[in-house]
Amino acid sequence: MHQVEIATTQETLLDSPEMVLNMGPQHPSTHGVLRVVLKLDGETVIDLDCDIGYLHRGMEKIAENRMYTMIAPYWDRLDYIAAVSNGLVWVETVEQMMGLPVPPRAHYLRTILTELNRIASHLLWLATHALDIGAVTVLLWALREREEILKIFERQFGARLTCHAWRVGGMPNDAYDDFNKDVRQFVNNFPKRLEEYETVLSENRIWLSRTVGIGVISGEDAIAIGLSGPALRGSGVAWDVRKSRPYAAYADMDFDIPLGENGDTYDRYLVRLEEMRQSRRIIDQALEKLPDGPVNAKLPKIVKPPAGDYYHSIEGPKGEIGCYLVSDGTAQPWRVRVRPPSFINLQALKQMCVGHLVADVVAIIGTLDIVLGEIDR
Amino acid sequence: MPLVPIPKPTFVQKLKRFFMIDLLKGLGLTLKYNLGALVDKDAVAGKGIYTEQYPKVRPDVAPRFHGAPRLNMDPETHDTLCIACNLCAIACPEDCIDVIPMDVEIIVAGKPRKKKVIDEFIFDTSRCMFCALCQEACPTSCLELTQDFELATYSRAGFVWNREMLEQGRETVKYTS
Ligand code: SF4
Ligand code: SF4
Repeated sequence: MHQVEIATTQETLLDSPEMVLNMGPQHPSTHGVLRVVLKLDGETVIDLDCDIGYLHRGMEKIAENRMYTMIAPYWDRLDYIAAVSNGLVWVETVEQMMGLPVPPRAHYLRTILTELNRIASHLLWLATHALDIGAVTVLLWALREREEILKIFERQFGARLTCHAWRVGGMPNDAYDDFNKDVRQFVNNFPKRLEEYETVLSENRIWLSRTVGIGVISGEDAIAIGLSGPALRGSGVAWDVRKSRPYAAYADMDFDIPLGENGDTYDRYLVRLEEMRQSRRIIDQALEKLPDGPVNAKLPKIVKPPAGDYYHSIEGPKGEIGCYLVSDGTAQPWRVRVRPPSFINLQALKQMCVGHLVADVVAIIGTLDIVLGEIDR
Repeated sequence: MPLVPIPKPTFVQKLKRFFMIDLLKGLGLTLKYNLGALVDKDAVAGKGIYTEQYPKVRPDVAPRFHGAPRLNMDPETHDTLCIACNLCAIACPEDCIDVIPMDVEIIVAGKPRKKKVIDEFIFDTSRCMFCALCQEACPTSCLELTQDFELATYSRAGFVWNREMLEQGRETVKYTS
C-alpha cells in the first residue's frame, strides 16, 4: 500500500489527533481511479497526497513498437473525453517532422472538429462538476447537447468516443453529406442552451457559496507548477497555444481568450463557459470559410520521419497537450513522450485544497477537470 | 491558502437575494422543461421520454460506423473478394487478424500455375479497437466494419470469429418486451 508522507505537524483544533482519510480510488467524484489521501483536522484538510497509476497501460512503450500510422488510435485512449484533440497532436507531430503539406480543407475540418470536441469536453466537465456540487439538472442538459456533438462524430468518424479521427497527412474521409447542416444547426442552437446553464448556475446562491473563493491559485503559482488550459487562464494568465503557436487553421480565426481574475473555482467555471462561446465562434467562422479540395496529402509508402527529435503541442480542452517524438529514421518511433495536461494540472491539487473542507476537495478535483486515462497513460 | 475577497453584494443584489430571484429563475426554467416535455415533438409519443428505447427499438447507427467485421463477397458469383494479400493483418496495430492462405493449382494459358487463395480468416474481436485501419488497407473492399454493434458473447472463444462467421454474419437476436 502506498505510504503517505506527511511532514507537516500542526496544532489541531481541540488537540484531537489528526485523521487520515482515504478518498478513492472508487470514489465517484474523483473522476476515474484517483486515490487521494487526506490528512484532516476535524473537517479541514491539512495535507493531502495523490496516488495515481491505477490506469497505467504503458502507452508510450506501446508506441515504440508500432508503425507511425498505427499510433493515433492509442492516443485517443489518453484523454478519452477529448479523443479528437489527442489524435490531432500525434498526426501533426509526425506531419511537421516529415514536412508534409496538409491540404487547407483538412486543416479547416480539423479546426471545426477539435473545437466541437472542446465543447463536448467542457460540457462533460460542466455536467460532472455541477453534479459533484449538487446541481443534478445541469447534468441532463449538458449531456443532451453533448449527444448532438457525438452524433456528428459518429457520422463523420464512425465512432462516438474513441474516434480515430485523423490519419497522418489528412483525414480518412471527407466531411459527410449533411456535415455543414448538422454543425450549423448545433452552432445556431448552442447559445440558447448556454444561457440555460447560466440561468441555473451563475447567480445561484448555493453554487456561489460552493465555488467563490474555493481552490484559489495565484497566477505566479500556476505558472510555477506548470498549469495550462482553463486552470491557468482562470488565474488571469493569458496563455493559449492556439494564439501563441497557431496550428491547424487557427491563424485565420478571430477569437478571444477569456481570463479569470481571482483564480478560484468560480472563475474557472466562467472561463470555461466563455471558452465554449469562443469555440462556437471559431466553428462558425471556419464553416463560413471552409475551402474545397482534397483532404489528404500524398503520403510516401511508409511513413518515416527523418532521424531527430521534435516537440509539438496543441491546446486541448484541458490544457496544453504536447508530444515529444524521437525518431531514428526507421518506421517506428524510438521514443515518444506525452505531455498530458491533466497530470500537471493535478499537481496543483494540494496547494488548492489545504485549508478547505473535505467537501471542497470534490469541487476542486472537479474544477481541475482531470482525466485519469491521461494521467496514468 | 490565498483568500479571495468576496465582493459585498449591492443593495439591488441584496433585494434580489431576499426575494430569492436567483433560485426562482432556475426553478422556473426547470418547470418549463417539465411541462414542456408533455407537448414536445422530440419526445417519444408525447410522453416526455427522450432516451433511446433500446433494445425494443434499435438505434440507427451512421453508415460509417465501425462495428462488427465482415468479409464481403462478390454479389454475383458469391465468391469471396479476399485475395489473401495479408495487408489487413499488417495494418492492424493489435495483431488481431490472421490470414491463412492456401495454394491451388490453376491452369493459365494451358500451363499449370499455383495461386494463393484464402483458406481461413481469423478475426479476434476481443482485441480489436475498431480503428478501421484494416478496412482502409484492404485493396478489394473485402474486409469491412459494419453497422452491427452487438458483439457480446458468453465466452472468450466466442470473440474469435472464423471465416464462416465473418462471411455470413451473426444472427441478430430479436428482443421482445
Ligand atoms: S479495426 Fe483496428 S484493431 Fe480492429 S482489426 Fe482492424 S486494424 Fe485491427
Ligand atoms: S486486405 Fe482484404 S484482400 Fe487482403 S487479406 Fe485482408 S481481407 Fe483479404
